[in-house]
This record gives sequence, C-alpha cells and structure tokens, in this order.
Amino acid sequence: MDKANPYLKRAKILEYVLKVVLGTAAIFIGLILPLTIFFVLYKESSLAIEHFGVLNFLTSTDWDPVAEKFGGLVPLVGTLIATFLATLIAAPISMGIAIFLVELSPNRLKSIFSTAIELLAAIPSIIYGMWGLFVIAPLFGEKVEPWLQQKLGGVPLIGKLFEGSPTGIDVLTTSLVLSIMIIPFMSSVVKDAFNMVPPIMKESAYSLGATKWEVIKQVMIPITASGIAGGLILSVGRALGETMAVTFLAGNVNQIPKSLFDPFTTITVALANQFTEADTDIYLSSLYFLALILFFMSFIILYLSKFMLLQIEKKWKV
Amino acid sequence: MSKNNKIKRQIENYVFLTLSFLSAGFGLFFLFWILGDLLINGFKYINLDLFTHDPVPPGMEGGGLKHAFIGHIIITFLGTVIGTPIGILAGIYFAEYGRNSKLASILRNIVDIMVSNPSIVIGAVVYAILVKPVGHFMGIAGGVALALLMIPVIVITTDEMMKLVPKETREAAYALGAQPWQVSFQIVLKAAKVGVLTGVILGVARISGETAPLLFTAFNNSFTTLDVTKPMASLTVTVFQYAMGPYDEWHRQAWAASFILTFGVLIASITARYLIQKKRT
Repeated sequence: MDKANPYLKRAKILEYVLKVVLGTAAIFIGLILPLTIFFVLYKESSLAIEHFGVLNFLTSTDWDPVAEKFGGLVPLVGTLIATFLATLIAAPISMGIAIFLVELSPNRLKSIFSTAIELLAAIPSIIYGMWGLFVIAPLFGEKVEPWLQQKLGGVPLIGKLFEGSPTGIDVLTTSLVLSIMIIPFMSSVVKDAFNMVPPIMKESAYSLGATKWEVIKQVMIPITASGIAGGLILSVGRALGETMAVTFLAGNVNQIPKSLFDPFTTITVALANQFTEADTDIYLSSLYFLALILFFMSFIILYLSKFMLLQIEKKWKV
Repeated sequence: MSKNNKIKRQIENYVFLTLSFLSAGFGLFFLFWILGDLLINGFKYINLDLFTHDPVPPGMEGGGLKHAFIGHIIITFLGTVIGTPIGILAGIYFAEYGRNSKLASILRNIVDIMVSNPSIVIGAVVYAILVKPVGHFMGIAGGVALALLMIPVIVITTDEMMKLVPKETREAAYALGAQPWQVSFQIVLKAAKVGVLTGVILGVARISGETAPLLFTAFNNSFTTLDVTKPMASLTVTVFQYAMGPYDEWHRQAWAASFILTFGVLIASITARYLIQKKRT
C-alpha cells in the first residue's frame, strides 16, 4: 500500500479518531462512571466515617438527628430482612414460572406469557408503591394480618412473628410487594438458562422413562445450577436497591422489626425520606455513608450474579 | 419396578407441574390485579383539566398536573438526548472494536452490572456533583441522573443487536474494500438500526418511570416551568407527593397520573419486545 496516498492517510486518521471517540464512551460508562460513583460517595461520607468509624457506624442502632448521633445497623438490617423475605417468596415462584414457560406452556402462547411476566418488571416502582399503599396495605391491615395473627399467633416459636398490631405498613407487605417486583428478573434468567439445555439431554432422560418432573429435577436443574444461582443473586441485588415501593410500605420507623407486622426502615427508605431534610453536614454525610454501603453491597452481589451467569454461558451457549 | 413406585412418581410429577402452573398464575394474577386497579381507579379521573391546569392549593378540588406532565417530558427528553449518543457510541465500541479484547469484555460486564445499580445512588451522586455546588435543585440535574441510568440499557441492547448482524455481511463489505469504520457505521449499524432504536425505547421506558433519582436532583415544583436550571416537577415525584399526602383530590390525581404513566411505559416495553423478537427470528 502506498503510504503517501492522501486518501488512505485521511481514512487512517478518521479510523483512529473514531476508535478513540467510541473507546472513550465505553471507558466512561464501564470504568469512569462506577469509579466516580464510588469516590463521590466516599468523599461525601468521609465526615461520617471519620466521626463514627466504619465498625462503630455499622454496629450502632442510633439515629438521632438532634443529638447528631448516627448508626447504620437498623436500616442495614431492615434492608437485609426485606430482601431475604422477598427472595424467599420470589425464588420458588420464579422457578415455577420458568418451568411453566419452558416446559408447560403451549408453544403458541409462550411469547405472550413470557411478555406478560416481563411486564411485571416494566411497571415503574412508584406504581407498585402506590398500589401497595392504597390496595395491599388496607387489605392486609384489616383482613389478612388479623386472620394470620388469629391462626398462627398461638403457635410456639413462629407465633412471635405475628405479634403486634397489624397496620399493613410493615415487613410482610413490603416483602410481598418487593417479591412481585423481583420475580420477573429471576424467572427470565432461569428461563434463558433452561432454554440452553441441549434437547438431546432431555430426550435421553425421557427415553429412559423419566417423567417430566424427573427430567426437570435431575437433568435441567443440575445442568443450569449456576444459571439459577445467577438469577437468584440478581434478584437479591435488585431487591437491595429497590426504593419507591419500599418507601411507601415500610413505615420509616427506625427500629429493628421483631415481628412481621412491625414497621421498619431500610437504607433506601432512609435515603428517600431524609436526604432532602438533612440539615446538618454530619446528617447528610451519614446518609451518604448508607448510600455507599448500599452501592458497595449491590455491586458485589451483582458481580457475583454476573460471574455465575458467565459460567453457564461459557458452557452451553451455542 | 413396583407398581406402587410408579404411581408415586406420577403423583409427584403432577404435584410439581401443578405448582408450576400455580406460580405462573400467581405472576399473572398480580399483573392483572395491578393493571386492573389502575384502570378502575385511574381512568375515570382523566380529564382535560389534568393536562391543561396547574395545581390548585392543597385540599381544594380541581386543578391539574400540567406542571408535572411538562416537567416530566422535559426531564425525560434531556435524559434521552444526553444518554442516547453516549450509549450508542459505547455499544458500537463493544460490538465492533472490543470483540476480542479482554479489557473490553471486563468493561462490558461492568456495564451489565450498572444496569441493575440502585437508582437512588445515582441520584445521591448527581446531587453531590451538580446540585450541591450550584446550591439549588435543577431540572437539568434530573436529566443527567436519568441519562446515567439510561446509558447502560442502551449500551447492552446496541451491543447485542449489532452482534446479531451476520459475519458474512461484514466480510462482504470488507471484500469490497470498505474501511473498518465504514463497515461499522454504514453496514452493521444500518443493518441493526431497528435494534438500536429498540434499545433507545427500552431506555426511555426505564427512565420515564424513575422516581428515586429525581427526588434529589430535579426535586419538585408546584408551578409549570420551562427553565431547566430551576427545580422541576415530574409525574413520578408528584405521584409520590400526592399519594403520601392526606387529600382525596390528590389521591385521585395520583391514580390518574399513574394510569397514564404505567400504560405509556407498558406500550413502549411491548413495542420494544416486539421489535427485538422480530429481529431475532
């Protein structure tokens, strides 16, 4: 090739410039943005970190804006409880939905059903919150929770979970609405994983006389185990950071809930309710510290989920 | 194998398949419950005043959400205008230039993680970067926060859709003497343009339902404003304020706004899914 050719030279320069522009965009979103988030949150929370210390903040139940004493244990535990309960409800149901979509639904209706389930993820979180507040909370506060209390309140051990006065603004309703929101994420990942199972593996099991459930249990689930784990972890990550729905239903009371009918708070609830009201530097800084903890937790968890999903893709993706 | 065992296996089979059926029913039940409530409670309060009037003082009847509709459109538009070019450019990089690079695939995985990043965290970060130095809430800060939420969605879809373009198409272009940038922009991007558009629709659908990042950035305003350097109302933040408030009129308007918002977002998502499915088959 002729190096002196001006056309080719121009093309080379253009090529280079484009590569730099595209690469900059990619580095911005994949590297600079997450680092910026981390450093901004760290810088803004440094006052609280210096003042209270990391370990102290994480183990203290104080949250007193007047005395300027702050600790993150209560919202952190609230976040973990709501996430755990929501995942507990969502996981088996998501598995059931994925099995239904892959194995039971008639072929022609498959895409309609899977669209419908995925629409649950498209409904904005504020809608879940408002609907939860106006529909679920009264229903649970007046009917479901008194009934549960009557039936299960006297049972030893678990009876304690149903103590207190049911209002519908509590751990139970929050976790239920949260679980509906994360179901589509887990079920769609598990569905995709099931679809990667080579048909020949299923067919050989059927030819040995296995029932459909046995094929699912002994062939599909073991093969897609890391995909299922990835979907489960993804839904945990989603639940951790969910804000608006939880804000409507949790009640924003700074206490570690002892019963399913207690109001409580989470990191996101504390942020949404108090961020714009924080009138002192240490107050705002403590809220930023909570945001940093949330970002850190969800990043690690989502990374773990991604890692699990890459395992199964590497193995089975065609 | 004894006959008893066979019956046991059959029963187990039916029990679990029924449970699977019920799970799907559970999901659909809640979907229709929510949509039904929105339809019943929201649709009847939609009237012209809702779109053409600013709010009246709290507790009084009447008034509308003009300020929130206009603010919502402006903020979403800002987010889309800022986010779309960056998202598409980064998506092209991952699909075309970063194919075999280890670094690019690490970055690509981080972008995947950023899709699920808690949106309230983005709001807090934009507050520290834009709102705090300026000293007051701004519509444009809301636009930036939404753009940052939207970019990962567009990057992922652009990347996936461009990777669906057959290798042969690229090779044919190279064989005709095309430069790499010509292949990327004039051949592959053109072939994948519906897919890329789908990514933008998905991104818009995602951000137009966001509330948390707007609470600390655009905040709220009781009046219509076109000035993006002032606090600006949005539908979602207004729904939050109205639903939490004590007035019946507020609740009615919150239902109506939620109805419009939800069905707008659902139509956008269904369109996007339809376009993707058409592309894949």
